[in-house]
Amino acid sequence: MLKRKTSDGWSPYLAGALVGLLAVASVLATTTLMGKTNYLGASTTFVRAAGLLERTVAPDHVAGNVYFTKSKIVVDWQFMLVSGIFFGALVASVADRSFRLEHVPPTWKKRFGPSIGKRAAGAFLGGVVAMFGARMADGCPSGHGLSGMMQLSASAFVALAMFFGVGVVVAHLVYRRK
Amino acid sequence: MNSEQWLGLLTGVLFGFLLQKGRVLRFDKQVGAMLLKDMTIFKFMLSAILVGMVGINLLVDLGIITLSHKPLNVGAIVVGGALFGAGWAIMGFCPGTSIGALGEGRWHALFAIVGMIAGAALYAELFPWMQSTVLAWKDLGKLDLPQVTGLGKWVLIPLFWVGCLGLFAWFEKKNL
Repeated sequence: MLKRKTSDGWSPYLAGALVGLLAVASVLATTTLMGKTNYLGASTTFVRAAGLLERTVAPDHVAGNVYFTKSKIVVDWQFMLVSGIFFGALVASVADRSFRLEHVPPTWKKRFGPSIGKRAAGAFLGGVVAMFGARMADGCPSGHGLSGMMQLSASAFVALAMFFGVGVVVAHLVYRRK
Repeated sequence: MNSEQWLGLLTGVLFGFLLQKGRVLRFDKQVGAMLLKDMTIFKFMLSAILVGMVGINLLVDLGIITLSHKPLNVGAIVVGGALFGAGWAIMGFCPGTSIGALGEGRWHALFAIVGMIAGAALYAELFPWMQSTVLAWKDLGKLDLPQVTGLGKWVLIPLFWVGCLGLFAWFEKKNL
């Protein structure tokens, strides 16, 4: 089960277990080095990115927005964590030659064809709805899924059930139709 | 960059490396799980949770860290969770994996990232209205599973392990 397959990455059990260790090490490191316990998360960074971008054109509007004020529009620990994911994935994929410039993913292509425009529209609209939902639910599969479940938070179990349950229904409706 | 930002960056690089090695960043892996055909992302995520759950609760018992539960605000979690699930199915990435997918060359993730930034901006605009509606329906506060079930965490954690290991055995048997 934990055997490393060179052709197709690492066993997901092994890579996942290592993320578990990373999550614990990260909690320990933020507590001792920063004096506050930070758990892995990603979606708040998108609020900060939106605030930083909006601030370049409408600084007063951002300063007066309750949600931006509450979320603190700064490049903080989590913002750098999310940025770091890009570089980690880039290094890993270049090193094992799994880096691919993919225009349209295979499952999408089978249902909607090779149009980049359609894929762009789907990804954009899906992104708007998903992030709106993640901010309402106060977390995504990182904050609720990983960090919340590890802490045995009741909210995480409900959130993950909703994420996946609705995801299954919508995916079947969208990709299974002929 | 300050030390907090460096620490975040280092953690993120390792996180992204492992997400890529586990092959969970891809649209087809994420949608494959939602189509119940490929459970790679669950093998990965549940393995992380199993290990992290033990480590984090040990650190709590040693008095080194404190937990930070997100409140169980029922309307927000149910409606927000449903919206997330629907968007996730179409987008094929979650917030963290979209950034990693871009890193491994799946550049259409860029449209998802721009969409998510727009979704966050929209939420910021509508937040006052959310506060008086969905967020105000029923907030059960910071509940944890031991409080809900009445079982101790060192009873629940082994139960969770047994359940997940059983699930893994089933995934392997069914070749999911």
